[in-house]
Order: sequence, then C-alpha cells, then structure tokens
Amino acid sequence: MKWFDYQAPRTLGEAVEAMTLHPTARALAGGTDLLVQMRAGRRTPDLIVDIKKIPELNQLHYEPGMGLTLGAAVPCYRIYNDTTVSRAYPSLAEVANIIGGTQIQGRASIGGNLCNAAPSADAIPLLIALGATCRILGPGGERTLPVDQFCVAPGQNVLATGELLVSIQIPQSPASSAARYLRFIPRNEMDIAVAGAGVYVVMENGHIQSAKIALSSVAPTPLPVDASTLAGQPADEATVHKAGELAAAAAKPITDMRGTADYRRHLCAVLTRRALASAIAAAKESK
Amino acid sequence: MERKAHVQTTINGEPAEFLCEPRQSLLECLRDILNLTGTKEGCNDGNCGACTVMMDGRIVTSCLVLGVEAQGSQITTIEGIARGNELHPLQKAFLEEAALQCGICTPGFIVAAKALLDQEPHPTEDRIRWWLANNLCRCTGYDKIVKAVQKAAAEVNL
Ligand SMILES: Cc1cc2nc3c(=O)[nH]c(=O)nc-3n(C[C@H](O)[C@H](O)[C@H](O)COP(=O)(O)OP(=O)(O)OC[C@H]3O[C@@H](n4cnc5c(N)ncnc54)[C@H](O)[C@@H]3O)c2cc1C
Ligand code: FES
Ligand code: FES
Repeated sequence: MKWFDYQAPRTLGEAVEAMTLHPTARALAGGTDLLVQMRAGRRTPDLIVDIKKIPELNQLHYEPGMGLTLGAAVPCYRIYNDTTVSRAYPSLAEVANIIGGTQIQGRASIGGNLCNAAPSADAIPLLIALGATCRILGPGGERTLPVDQFCVAPGQNVLATGELLVSIQIPQSPASSAARYLRFIPRNEMDIAVAGAGVYVVMENGHIQSAKIALSSVAPTPLPVDASTLAGQPADEATVHKAGELAAAAAKPITDMRGTADYRRHLCAVLTRRALASAIAAAKESK
Repeated sequence: MERKAHVQTTINGEPAEFLCEPRQSLLECLRDILNLTGTKEGCNDGNCGACTVMMDGRIVTSCLVLGVEAQGSQITTIEGIARGNELHPLQKAFLEEAALQCGICTPGFIVAAKALLDQEPHPTEDRIRWWLANNLCRCTGYDKIVKAVQKAAAEVNL
C-alpha cells in the first residue's frame, strides 16, 4: 500500500474538517472494501479518516413511530444482535447476516456498503425498497437524500469533497407491511450476488396497497424498479408473477464471469417473485 | 511527514506497544513487528480467515484491520488460546480428530471457533458451519474441523 496518514477524530466537525482539507482523503469504517481496494492500488488516499470513534456514526436507535437511525459506521453484527432492531426490521437484520462471514460482519457497516456503491451491494436494494434516506454532513452543512439517489456509477456516490454519510434513516414500517431481500450466489455464503432483489410491500384487505422493488448486480448502480402498477392488485399468484416481469423488464444486466445477461434477467424475475411472496406472507402476519 | 505511529494495546492479556506505519495491517504488525507468527496470512483480502484474531470481543480478519486501529484495544491471537501449558479443548480436539493437514488455516479456525463456543456453548452443526464460513481450508474438507469443534463443545461443557 502507498503511504498515507491516519486520523481518528472524535467529533463530526473534526472529521469533516480533515476530509475538507485533504480532497483525496477517504473515510474508514470497517475497511472491508476500502483496505482491499487500497491494497490493489485502486484507491490511493493520502489520508485515512477513521470515523468509528464518532458517536453519531455509532448510533443504532429505534424509535417506535419514528423509525430507525442507523449510524453509518455501525457494524453488521450490532444490527442482528439487537433484538429490538431485528424485530422491527427483520429484513435488515437478515441482510446484515449475509454480508461476508462472521469476521467481516464484525467490521463491515451498512454505511460502508452504501458509500462503496457497488452494483452488487446487498444492502442497497433493501434500503431503497424500505424508503431509507441518507443524512449527509459536509463543510456547507447538512443535507438529506433518498438512498435511490445516492449511487451515481459503479464505486461512485454523490458525496462531494469533505462530505460524510452520518446516518441512514429508515422510516417506521406501517402495520401489515414487510420487506425482504434475496440474492442468488453459487455458494451458500460468502460470495458476490449474481443478482438480487429487495422488495417492500404494504397490504390492505388482502390487496397490495403499495410495493417497492429494487435490484442488485443488474445495472451500473443498484436499480429501483417502478412497481406502481402493483398498487391495488390482489395479493395473488398473478400479481406476484407480474412483479417478476416488471423486474426482469427493468433490469439492464451485462454478461460477465458470474453469469450471462439472460440468466441474470431470469434471476430478477425469480428472486422478485420469491421475495414478494415471502413479504406478502410476512405482512399478513405483522401487526 | 512520513512518521511512524506509536500504538499501545493489550495482546493476550499483556500490555503491548509497537511502532508501525499507518499502512501496515494488524496482521503485519503481529507477525513482522511483534513476532507473533501464529496468526497466518492466506489471501490478504478478507476471504480466507487464516489471519483471524479476536479484537474487542469480536473476531476479525487482521489483514483488513490497520495496526493503528489496535490503539487501546484488546486483542487475542492463537498464542493466547492455550491455558498456560495446557492446550485448550479446541486445540486438543483438532489434534485428536485430525482436523488439520498443512495447518495454515488452523490458528484462524481455532480463534474463530473459540469465539463461538465462548458465546454459545451448544451450537448446532449448521450454526458451526455458518459461523466458520469466513474460514477456508484447502486440505481437510471441513468435516473433521466441524467434528473437532463439536467434540470440544462437549468437553468445554463438562
Ligand atoms: C470477504 C468479503 C466478503 C464480502 N461479502 C459481501 C457480501 O456478501 N455482500 C456485500 O454487499 N458486500 C460484501 N463485501 C464487501 C464489504 O464487506 C461491504 O460492502 C461492507 O458493507 C463495506 O462496509 P465497511 O464498513 O467495511 O466499508 P469501508 O471499507 O470502510 O468503506 C467503503 C467505502 O465507503 C467509504 N465510506 C465508508 N463510510 C463512509 C461514510 N460514513 N461517509 C463517507 N464515505 C464512507 C470509504 O471511504 C470507502 O470508499 C465483502 C467483502 C469481503 C472482504
Ligand atoms: S489473510 Fe486475512 S482473510 Fe485471508
Ligand atoms: S489444513 Fe491445510 S488449509 Fe486447512
């Protein structure tokens, strides 16, 4: 690795100042993307700003009625080990439990997954489906942005020089709603998604009141799918099938060593159907 | 400007300090600076688990931790697993069950498995396999490793 300096500020203000003074600086959360990329020479920051000592980035707070504040540096294990959070957002706990293995989950954060902006990032489609927003702080102050506007290209996000992702806000899920993310990998664990589908559904009297779908690994950035035509439809097999078709039609996959474009499009349909059917079943159970 | 960092930490229950470059991984610091060579390097990118150590109560791949991040933390390596001159039940079980061949993966597996047994004394086979998914072994085919962990679990609970 090329030489760099290291700072571990204890306040947001110090972190933003350091990142502003050093335009090539990178924030370090779990390092499970960043250190791999630096070792491969793909990123060459002159300063690493370790953000794990900043209280706001370690927040994991669920407020019934308000939703979840997920500090950008909170490692995955804290999410699924927190019974309140995993009860309120089982799909989030589930995704935290499939990113890498135990050792990776001891370090990797959902904020890092989002900032790294990989097309294959497992948490991002779920965050989009859940309607999550990003709280961003920079030298010019604070702004918020929906997660579906955060990634701009493979490995690139909207953050300007000096800006930090502080937290991800996930709204309170209404009664009779549920979310699910499913991915396809050739192994049982520890692999990069060939394709993935995140789904969120709100039910009303056996009908879908609203639904959201987003996909991974089938476009340059995690891909929201327009699912507005599902609103008002009965929650039956035909509707689930239609959701799969919407996802397959929206996908813009490429052929690479992990799979062909056709195969990926097929996977989008299958994964979306399974995720939606499972979310519908869970939403019927939820109060 | 290229100055080394002074890191103070606790390794296997003993205070430890070292000078390192910010770009050196915790794995490099353990092996090359502190001569704690029990922790192994396999892939150097987080996939194989050979470099697993315990850091502040969690297992991590030390190739993906900077040495400077160890400041103020509690670290346990494979050298800290035996109880004095007595091997830990996991170490005994790995020997008795022939859960190693070349042995490069073994320190990582033992540190990872110990973390599991410390928090869950009765893991199912599925749970053991899932927990150890971040550890690769090219020799044993895993079954003997899983059996060794099950045997140690039975023993730890005697
Ligand atoms: C063995 C292995 C298995 C993996 N498996 C998976 C998997 O199954 N699914 C998956 O999606 N990913 C996987 N990954 C990738 C990685 O673990 C995840 O993307 C993880 O969530 C990244 O989080 P982190 O905290 O480690 O990020 P870091 O590496 O610390 O940061 C990632 C990027 O985001 C930037 N950044 C981080 N936090 C902020 C912030 N608050 N503000 C601004 N910028 C920030 C960093 O500068 C860096 O560029 C795997 C990685 C490894 C090594
Ligand atoms: S050497 Fe660290 S995971 Fe392989
Ligand atoms: S014993 Fe050789 S890699 Fe596991």
